[in-house]
Amino acid sequence: MCTTCGCGDGETRIEGDDLHDHDHTHADGSTHRHPHDHAHDHGHAHGHSHAYVPAHSHAPGVAKSRMVQIEQDILAKNDAYAAKNRALFAARGIFALNLVSSPGSGKTTLLVKTIEALRGQAKVAVIEGDQQTSQDAERIRASGAPAIQINTGKGCHLDAHMVGHALEKLQPAEDSLLMIENVGNLVCPAAFDLGEAHKVVILSVTEGEDKPIKYPDMFRAAKLMLLNKCDLLPHLAYSVAGAIEFARRVNPGIEVIRISATSGEGMAEWLAWIERGAAVARRQRAEAVAAL
Amino acid sequence: MALAEGVLQLIEDAANREGFTRVRTIWVEIGRLSGVEPEALAFCFDAVTRGSIAAGAQFEIVHVPGSGHCLECGRDTELQAVYDACSHCGAVPVQVTGGTEMRVKELEVD
Repeated sequence: MCTTCGCGDGETRIEGDDLHDHDHTHADGSTHRHPHDHAHDHGHAHGHSHAYVPAHSHAPGVAKSRMVQIEQDILAKNDAYAAKNRALFAARGIFALNLVSSPGSGKTTLLVKTIEALRGQAKVAVIEGDQQTSQDAERIRASGAPAIQINTGKGCHLDAHMVGHALEKLQPAEDSLLMIENVGNLVCPAAFDLGEAHKVVILSVTEGEDKPIKYPDMFRAAKLMLLNKCDLLPHLAYSVAGAIEFARRVNPGIEVIRISATSGEGMAEWLAWIERGAAVARRQRAEAVAAL
Repeated sequence: MALAEGVLQLIEDAANREGFTRVRTIWVEIGRLSGVEPEALAFCFDAVTRGSIAAGAQFEIVHVPGSGHCLECGRDTELQAVYDACSHCGAVPVQVTGGTEMRVKELEVD
């Protein structure tokens, strides 16, 4: 395990390379190659702890034991990496979205259609997360956008550290849109902040309309729900109003767009939603530059 | 599993700072609404700590109840799930205000 980065999973690969088998730059500016485990002195740990001799020892009679207060979130390390990614996005005016859904919701197809629709109007880059294969990244590249594949191996979600390394390779342009397609999973990706502006959850109408309350954490974490495959509604006994009601029950503020990558329904609304967010990211970067 | 590895990492960081070599007990705070299954976390913790300084440590879970603020009647209410209705007036949705934490609280070490 790399104690600098804290990556515990040796199976993660980016574009076929082991996570650390390449040069990379740390926050302190040092660039180096480290293909395998070794320790650094400069840690990323935050918070503080202090040892004390407890008045309330939990092991009476055992003099040697002592208490150490930690008081740190289990996800503190991920959150520190997410903050770094977020700072990079802010500095470059990048609007980053974390796309989450079940497998088979039509995420990749929707992404390809979105890239095609934005061609000539916006710079788009993509980070693809899957347990295995680079098929999705290849699909995205075929649509004309630079894409990088992260294979999580046995991991069921992307974390901020993997995304940070993918960004070093991808080098997304200033004022661009970054779409991060997470591993198809409605559970774990909810907990892992990648530094994105928003999570966008995609629910297709061929899934159960009660998914928002079956997987409440994901729908609570999302800013926008795309109700995909709406072209199939005439063939289904699916209640759009029911799905929206379930989603609002776990997340009163969630926005909803009905969409179909196949028929094009809702695409204009989705593109307008993206443009509003991207405009904010561009403006904030311009203001930050002007303030220098 | 990733969460259990996160817990072990916090322990190892603390061991570097504090210079302890064995963990006897660990207290982890898990909120009712955190989406974490405490038993699954305890099971994974056993697996990931094998051969580490936390091997065999007792894993104590401090449960934190879910709480929310009703947007309708303005009162605070206890929640079993994030989609629960307000216990006072029955309204949904309720804004979640507590119970989403997953924190390592403290360690008993040698």
